[in-house]
Amino acid sequence: MEKKVIELQNIKREFIVGDETVHALRGVSFSIREGEFVTIMGSSGSGKSTLLNILGCLDTPTSGEYYLDGISVRKMTKNKRAILRNRKIGFVFQNYNLLPKTTAIENVELPLMYNPEIGSSERRRRAVDALKAVGLEDRMEHKSNQMSGGQMQRVAIARALVNDPAVILADEATGNLDSRTSFEILVLFQKLHAEGRTIIFVTHNPEIASYSSRNIRLMDGHIIEDKINGNILSAEKTLAELPVNDDEAE
Amino acid sequence: MNWTNLFKISLKALSNNKMRAFLTMLGIIIGVAAVITMIALGQGAKKNIQNEISGMGSNIIMIHPGGERRGGVRLDPSEMQTLKEADYEVLRKESLFLAGLSPNVTVSGQLICGNNNYPSSVSGVSTDYISIRQLEISSGEMFTETDVRQSAKVCVIGATIVDNLFPDGTNPVGKIIRLNQVPLKVIGVLEAKGYNSMGMDQDDIVLAPYTTVMKRFRAINYLEGIFASAIAEEMTDLATADIESILRRQHKLKDGDDNDFMIRTQQELSQILNNTTNLLTTLLACIAGISLLVGGIGIMNIMYVSVTERTKEIGLRMSVGARGIDILTQFLIEAILISITGGIIGILTGCGASAIVRLVGNWPVAIQPWSVVISFLVCTVTGVFFGWYPAKKAAALDPIDALRYE
Repeated sequence: MEKKVIELQNIKREFIVGDETVHALRGVSFSIREGEFVTIMGSSGSGKSTLLNILGCLDTPTSGEYYLDGISVRKMTKNKRAILRNRKIGFVFQNYNLLPKTTAIENVELPLMYNPEIGSSERRRRAVDALKAVGLEDRMEHKSNQMSGGQMQRVAIARALVNDPAVILADEATGNLDSRTSFEILVLFQKLHAEGRTIIFVTHNPEIASYSSRNIRLMDGHIIEDKINGNILSAEKTLAELPVNDDEAE
Repeated sequence: MNWTNLFKISLKALSNNKMRAFLTMLGIIIGVAAVITMIALGQGAKKNIQNEISGMGSNIIMIHPGGERRGGVRLDPSEMQTLKEADYEVLRKESLFLAGLSPNVTVSGQLICGNNNYPSSVSGVSTDYISIRQLEISSGEMFTETDVRQSAKVCVIGATIVDNLFPDGTNPVGKIIRLNQVPLKVIGVLEAKGYNSMGMDQDDIVLAPYTTVMKRFRAINYLEGIFASAIAEEMTDLATADIESILRRQHKLKDGDDNDFMIRTQQELSQILNNTTNLLTTLLACIAGISLLVGGIGIMNIMYVSVTERTKEIGLRMSVGARGIDILTQFLIEAILISITGGIIGILTGCGASAIVRLVGNWPVAIQPWSVVISFLVCTVTGVFFGWYPAKKAAALDPIDALRYE
């Protein structure tokens, strides 16, 4: 049995909006083992953003316990959570969130800039490796505004990989991309999964679920479905079946 | 904390927005340059005045009669007769700190020479007067001790007198001029000195032996004043005290009595002028300081806007592991870099502007090293002070809200 990377125990999260208390999460429990590719789905308002924030250590639960790589997060200070994010989590956002006017390699180096244990030569080496892993070794010195959406998302994935995280958290990572590029990104995620990475992919697109190893479905702050996907589709195959766009060539 | 990395991050952020960084700097540049130039101008004016005063003889001590009271009525100093020739003789014999000593009695009237005449006055002085006032003889010579002893009818005249009495350019030396029916033989002409800083013509001058003026013109036995010069400017105070004690003894004044004479030094004058120019410098520096302050507020304004504009970037940095203190440090370094770079450019601009003022306007300019140091320190402090609030605001952002910010 592989070790549990993430363990949630009866997580509740309440927000106070005006006089009302909004229950975003009403007791969510699950654990994710190393090497799983989990999609978390749900319509807007289901609590998936709140769950993502908690999983990403950006937010802490009102009650319940959350262990990330065996470390209890709930009572951590802001600064300690920042360091934990820096070492254990890789984020991939819907809108890439690359630094403007900055080269691909500098964007990838960013998380390591906040890790004083890593020197500049090691930082550069790891950034180059991460960019190679996403197939952008020939675009390292391109600035973020000189790249297509798919390329930017690859840079973002390389940035998420560079600190060798315990878990990669993708928030609608294909939401801004056309379907062909989306599948290219999915191919990349499947490749990372095959290499043994733990990936959590938050989306409202049910199609993506069939390419992951496990699906969790949220509704109104509860988990309504949590099943292992026995029949993982190959994104590569789907991509090959898609019609080729003529304007794809750059 | 990893300072090198944060420094790199800040530098990168600034170089990504060169134009904005430069415009932000502009306020600081102008502020610092203004401070340096204004202080340089003020100090230049001060130095100029000081030079002029020491050209007039900054070690000069003037003794005037005064303080005497007759029946409760205060008298005009020129009417007083408390300074006698004997006082001059005693001072000459006993005083230790004086380089030169000269009595002063004047007579005014119309100077006549042939067809020309000119209203002026003759100063009766001793031979030391030339060295006290730092005058030079351009042709002829100064009268001698013998002339003084004999009350000789000789005089030395200034350039203005020459121009008015000898307009045709004849050599005045050896000619006779008359004042109040008394003929005086011109034996020397003084080097022209021009106007002094108070606008007085220093060449409108006729020097004659004081004995001549006392006996042949005025028929008086008192002096209107005594000029003296201390051995050095720093000795002026010592010399003043010495003169005072000698004169009090000579005038047989008791301990409680007021002086019946007044001692003035040029130092007082130079001090007054110094105070005035210092005030002027302070005023200019204040105005320039305000522009530095405005420059600082400019930094705060831009940094503040920049925090809002870069909210998303801050959120991203936080999500990949930047702590609040890292963000704070980054923004603070940016502000300090802006202000220091602006400060350096401002110092160069200020020095350049001062040089231009000196060359073009021909104004006296003295760049003060302390003004450079102070304005540099001030603009660094400005950077920290005005960068702090926006940086604090950036550091306090919640990463979730910041990431979602559009």
